[in-house]
Amino acid sequence: MTVVTHEAGAPSGAAPPPAEAAIVTRGLTKRFRGGQVAVDSLDLAVPRGSVFGFLGPNGSGKTTTIRMLLGLVAPTAGEYALLGLPLADALPRVGALVEGPAFYPYLSGEANLRRFDAADPTAVAGTVRRRVGEALDRVGLGAAAGKRYRNYSLGMRQRLAIAAALLGPRELLVLDEPTNGLDPQGTREVRALVKEIAADGTTVFVSSHLLAEVEQMCTHAAIMSTGRLVGHGTIASLSGGQVTRVRIVTPDTADAARVLATLGLADVRAADGEVTAELGGHAPERINATLVGDGVAVRGLSVVRPSLEDVFVGLTGEGFDVDG
Amino acid sequence: MSTAETRTRRTPGLVPVAETLRSTERRSPEPPPRALPPERTPRAFWRLLGSELSLTFRRPRNLVMLAVLACVPAIMGVALRLVAADPEMGGIVTSVAGNSLMLTFASLSFLVVLLMPVAISMVAGDAIAGEAGTGTLRYLLAAPAGRTRLLAVKYLNAVLFSFAVTAVVALAALVTGLILFPAGPVTLLSGTTVSMAEGLLRILISVGYVGVGMAALAAIALALSTFTEVSIGAVAGTMVVVIVSQVLRAIPQFDGLADYLLPTHWPGFDAALRSPIDIDSMTQGLLTFGAYIVLFGSVAWARFSGKDITS
Repeated sequence: MTVVTHEAGAPSGAAPPPAEAAIVTRGLTKRFRGGQVAVDSLDLAVPRGSVFGFLGPNGSGKTTTIRMLLGLVAPTAGEYALLGLPLADALPRVGALVEGPAFYPYLSGEANLRRFDAADPTAVAGTVRRRVGEALDRVGLGAAAGKRYRNYSLGMRQRLAIAAALLGPRELLVLDEPTNGLDPQGTREVRALVKEIAADGTTVFVSSHLLAEVEQMCTHAAIMSTGRLVGHGTIASLSGGQVTRVRIVTPDTADAARVLATLGLADVRAADGEVTAELGGHAPERINATLVGDGVAVRGLSVVRPSLEDVFVGLTGEGFDVDG
Repeated sequence: MSTAETRTRRTPGLVPVAETLRSTERRSPEPPPRALPPERTPRAFWRLLGSELSLTFRRPRNLVMLAVLACVPAIMGVALRLVAADPEMGGIVTSVAGNSLMLTFASLSFLVVLLMPVAISMVAGDAIAGEAGTGTLRYLLAAPAGRTRLLAVKYLNAVLFSFAVTAVVALAALVTGLILFPAGPVTLLSGTTVSMAEGLLRILISVGYVGVGMAALAAIALALSTFTEVSIGAVAGTMVVVIVSQVLRAIPQFDGLADYLLPTHWPGFDAALRSPIDIDSMTQGLLTFGAYIVLFGSVAWARFSGKDITS
């Protein structure tokens, strides 16, 4: 067994046993008729309590994976388990948003939620009014509950889909591109909602093609590229593959570069009005003090942490399709 | 750091992913007590069926269809009333004009050919394909409705709609008949006269028989519905089956085939208009309907239970 990621300071005994993982897949493969391999032997372990980002460009197999997890599409090979339970027992505890909202246009938001609640064999009919009301309030649709879905805006539709995922007590939330079609305000609200849900101990599995979004919301991530898993671990450990750099804004680039080299920083690069170097184990405040002491006019100093985008480019060797 | 591992193209799956500081902090110190597996509530099936029925009977499209079906007997009644004033007319006109109940049988035999099948295939053809088309199917199955359970509910809903359509036609005809024509003992096709109460009982038998006949058509529509994401395709496909069957029935060379076609048996409810009731002919019709229901129900189940839902 290889430990994929291991953070300094994390108690090694605290790793949950595989059966307790919220999602486990082993060699999960989907080959569609016509031979196209959408997902290629995917091995994934989503720890309970994590906010797990499932990253990849459009068409990398994220949605097919989610459809397999929810039992909509039968895998060609491999196996998987949600919450360590048989699928029929697991699904009532799983809230899902798959490939955008889908509702009955001629029904109100409230009637739509009642409809999907009726499809869950474990849902208690007696509490449906309260649960639907709570779910609608949670996504800020309380006032539009009686309005027909047909007349909902794109953002309201997306919120209603999230409300549908919150109808019962959930242990796992699977959200496929939850911020699609939302304005910046809506995006922030969804992000806050995900954090709030995760704070209650619910595992959140969120797919996205927006790196920044995953970086802000998630504790863990997996990166898909053309149906294959290319990276898997905590956000910190994924980013750890890339080097943190220090960036100094100064008119005296030559002097600054010399000082940084003297201090022992590697890979010093001077450009127009700024100097960057690998931070290594150096303390930024010491670097600043030395620079100022040597008469370099420091206009700004920042520590540039590597972004997931750098990781992604490093892992796949390709740019990221960002259309958000 | 474990760059090397995270870079591997295939990361072994069942590996404990160490917790981050963030996830440890966020988690409550004691893991929440594991809830017992949620119990399936015994009335869940009926709740889903109730939801299905309320969708079907509140949907404007279906209500318009039912209204149209209710209007036809009324129009027929008025027309026959006007024609009946002409003493030279005979046959069905005389028998309808002579008694209020006969309009029911006349309306059923007229509508059972095409208009009722259209209404039934609109609902049954839409059952799975319509949900797939709007994308709601994936949410129903993820709820999880269960494929067999959902299919059973969808079919039961279509069956109840079949009976509703038949009942609406019969009721509309009955009311129109009672307003426009004299009530009283009914003269049957076999020439015997029965009391009005027995006439009503025979209407009830006819409605039951036609309802089962329409339920057989609903099974075909449901099966077709599992093959497409476009509900109009399943509806049109069902109508093609009906029309081709009618055509085959009309060609004398295919006489041997006629007994196996649904439209041959739909007008069989007139067995209830003979005295004694032609049990043999009705039984044969009901067996044919049953065979269609079993055959196409199985096709629908086989297809739907293994289908990849990609809509």
